[in-house]
Amino acid sequence: MTAETRSLIDPQATATAADAAEPLLRTVDLTRHFHLGGILSKQTLHAVDDVSVSIAEREIVALVGESGSGKSTVARLLAMAYKPTRGEIYYRGRSVHSFHSRKDLLWYRGQVPMVFQDPYSSINPVFRVSHGVMRNLQLHRPNLGAAQRREEAARVFDVVGLTPSTDMLRKFPYEMSGGQRQRVGFAQALAVQPRLILADEPVSMLDVSIRAGILNLMVDLRERESVSILYITHDIASARYVADRIIVMYAGHVVETGPADVVLARSKHPYTQLLLSAVPDPREPISVSASPTIGEPPRVVNPTEGCRFRWRCPVAVEECSRVTPRLRTLGPAHSAACHVATADPA
Amino acid sequence: MASPQVFLPGAETQAADQGYRDAVGRLSRAVLRNRKATIGLLLLAIIVLVAAFPGLIAPGDPQAAIYEQQLGPSWSHLLGTTQVGQDVFTQLIWGTRLTLIITVSVGALCTLISVLVGVTAAYVGGVVDGSLSLLTDIFLIIPTLPLLIVLSTYLEGSGTVAIIAVLVVTGWAFGARQLRAQGLSLRTRDFLEAARVRGERRPYIILVEILPNMLSLVVASFLGSAVYTVATAAGLQFLGLGSSNEITWGTMLHFAQQNGAIESGNAFWALAPGAAVALLGTAFALLNYAFDEIANPALRSVRRQRAKSDS
Amino acid sequence: MPSPILEVRDLCVDYVTNSGDVRAVDHVDLTVEAGEFLAIVGESGCGKSTLLFAIAQLLSPPAEISGGSVIFKGNDMVQLSPSELRHMRWRDYSVVMQSAMNALNPMKSIEAQFKDAMAAHGNMSAEAMRNRSAEVLKLVGVDAVHLRSYPHQLSGGMRQRAMIAMALLFTPDLVIMDEPTSALDVVAQRSLMIQIKELQDRLGFAVIFVTHDMSLVSHYSARLAVMYGGQIAEAARTASLFEKPLHPYSVGLLDAFPSIHGPRRVLTGIPGSPPDLARPPAGCRFQPRCPQAMPECAVRQPGLYSVGDSMVRCLLYEAAQPGRPE
Repeated sequence: MTAETRSLIDPQATATAADAAEPLLRTVDLTRHFHLGGILSKQTLHAVDDVSVSIAEREIVALVGESGSGKSTVARLLAMAYKPTRGEIYYRGRSVHSFHSRKDLLWYRGQVPMVFQDPYSSINPVFRVSHGVMRNLQLHRPNLGAAQRREEAARVFDVVGLTPSTDMLRKFPYEMSGGQRQRVGFAQALAVQPRLILADEPVSMLDVSIRAGILNLMVDLRERESVSILYITHDIASARYVADRIIVMYAGHVVETGPADVVLARSKHPYTQLLLSAVPDPREPISVSASPTIGEPPRVVNPTEGCRFRWRCPVAVEECSRVTPRLRTLGPAHSAACHVATADPA
Repeated sequence: MASPQVFLPGAETQAADQGYRDAVGRLSRAVLRNRKATIGLLLLAIIVLVAAFPGLIAPGDPQAAIYEQQLGPSWSHLLGTTQVGQDVFTQLIWGTRLTLIITVSVGALCTLISVLVGVTAAYVGGVVDGSLSLLTDIFLIIPTLPLLIVLSTYLEGSGTVAIIAVLVVTGWAFGARQLRAQGLSLRTRDFLEAARVRGERRPYIILVEILPNMLSLVVASFLGSAVYTVATAAGLQFLGLGSSNEITWGTMLHFAQQNGAIESGNAFWALAPGAAVALLGTAFALLNYAFDEIANPALRSVRRQRAKSDS
Repeated sequence: MPSPILEVRDLCVDYVTNSGDVRAVDHVDLTVEAGEFLAIVGESGCGKSTLLFAIAQLLSPPAEISGGSVIFKGNDMVQLSPSELRHMRWRDYSVVMQSAMNALNPMKSIEAQFKDAMAAHGNMSAEAMRNRSAEVLKLVGVDAVHLRSYPHQLSGGMRQRAMIAMALLFTPDLVIMDEPTSALDVVAQRSLMIQIKELQDRLGFAVIFVTHDMSLVSHYSARLAVMYGGQIAEAARTASLFEKPLHPYSVGLLDAFPSIHGPRRVLTGIPGSPPDLARPPAGCRFQPRCPQAMPECAVRQPGLYSVGDSMVRCLLYEAAQPGRPE
């Protein structure tokens, strides 16, 4: 087993900079493996390995990575859709795995709801769009009467910009555009009065001209509803637009984390740098040294020790194939998991 | 290569995405527009009316053996008489009810069981899915006739019930397989995961979130079972495995054959119930095809409409 | 100036349905010079994929070309018979589809599929076909050992490269690509774009590249056409369009991309939805969402006006020159 010996985590890598108190949500060595093949197969897919991150109140954190990076699996672990293979999730100081009773689980789900990626399949097509909101209210806020539920449904639709809310609530999903459906997803999440919204690639399937509306909505929600958001995306540009902090993942590991502007301007990890160089920005001239990159993100099956980026890394050294790098603090609230990366000058 | 998916701009419709109320309205309009559906529905309506009001069409007792025996068709006996002097036409009309009852009961029961088994297997997965699938496969393999022999020996004296029982036992597995397959494909849809993540309980998800989305397959399953039942029930009754006291088209066929109807000049005694069985089967089959077409627009025959000759 | 290799004139494509015809492509004009990279950019519902299929003569019912011409190397493809088309297909022009997993046969090895393509459109010996297969794979940067592989054994990026290799088997003069990079990650996308550009420089074929992501083609295309509501909204040299977009839709679209450099600005995007082409608006199709709409935009349809090197379908530019009527 790869990480058994690694039981210590650099505390600075996980706590927020000025915050000594317990963050809203904190994971410790979160790991999820999937067993591949039949009963006799020994193949294990390491979707997420030893991920330790934290999210504070009223903070938007972007989890950036390409396919296979494990970002969606992290979201599902936090939503308790999967059980972790190893590791802990602490929500407001309590271990999520101590929640056994239906009451506790329901409480957690009402605190940490999820918004899904595909606006065309995340809403049940046979019901009106009010269905999900109403169910959320019935499950998580049972103290409300029928009239209050209707009022609350109208209120959350107003907050997300689906006005006039009484008309919108009565529509069927097929009568709404993709952007409107995503707003319904956020309305459903808001209905439970959450503290943290897990947004799994909420704009990837929307037209570019519509994305801005949803991105602005997320920033707005943080202000108006005092909610934190974990924004999962493969698009580092939109991450920069909405997020306070960015966490970069590669092949199941966290490779860099820090304040959004810092990670973009002074990226430490070679993968982050590769990602940034690959983003086409029409306003910037093309970097002339455009060489076709070698390879693609690996599918991590039965991995050995060592950095998982080493085959594509332009600066890999010998140590990279022997020792799996851990997150090291290299600047204020800025860490990277790389043997070669250097700290900011003091 | 196919032409690009028809996302008629602004309409954004995916084939099966309809709310219930809209679905019913749309469905009735689609049915009226589809020729197969209209014919099938008409046929079925006629047969149901005959089953409901047999006395209006053929007053008289179908069992009454009061007429001259073995007459050929004539104006007083449209289809002739039986070996013991019963009027064949009266029998045919009165036999409709029981035939239809058997068909609908088997259809409904088969559908109910296949929905329960198929959807549960698909959604719950794991060991439950494994065992339910094994059960389904076993029942798919069991041949009807030997099972019937066993069951009729066990259920001696209750002909119709035995037929219904056997048909349900041998018929549910096919639908279960189909429903499981569709359930599996639905399982990955995000709205189900959304329901789980918001804390819904499993039975709720199956009954409220999944089932309405499978309605079209459930109806198709029922129609398919009905077609299967019409022919098979008649066949089993023909072989003498029905009740000799009750009159259905199948039992008529049985007696007609036993008494050599065709050789002794009253072919209609055999042909009429046979034709009736065929008609009922056709009605359900037409509805089945029509329903497929309505539910899946890709199957519709492309009707090219050139409104004007310009451009 | 070399004569254009492809000229689309006044092309109209209708979806013929029981409830009336829907015009998905409305009087589109396009020109592609030999060896040129033309990008067609638009969001969902703009008709770009329909246009592409129409050009490639791949439409099937209920879609049909209801007017206009597609002149490729002097021949009007709309008038050609199926057998004449088959002769041209793959040799003179080829198509790369959006998702390799949809277009490649999962049951056949790459080599077998290349062989099928070559056998269908040419007359080569088995050995010649083998050599050519290895050659095109090498061209796209894939090791020839993968000829034996099945599509699912290759990574996403390699599959797309195999698709492009297949399109180059007969070194056609025009390669039509429908969002070939949309299933790939950003790093693989960039890699593929660079590869396509290199191949184009080396082999000299023209490219029509359809995408929803404007920034993707910004460094590769010579000219760009922006589509909206089934019409061309703006067509210009890429550099001009990015520097100074003319049509309000192009302006909005460019503004909708968050940047990783420079200061953070508030993005506005373009609120609203594309028009329902079953019931198109009376005036300009973009008017309901246009921040610069004038009262007459709701009642009068703009023609395509030329402004310098560019063409813009917007009443704001009507006065700039004697407008070419639709």
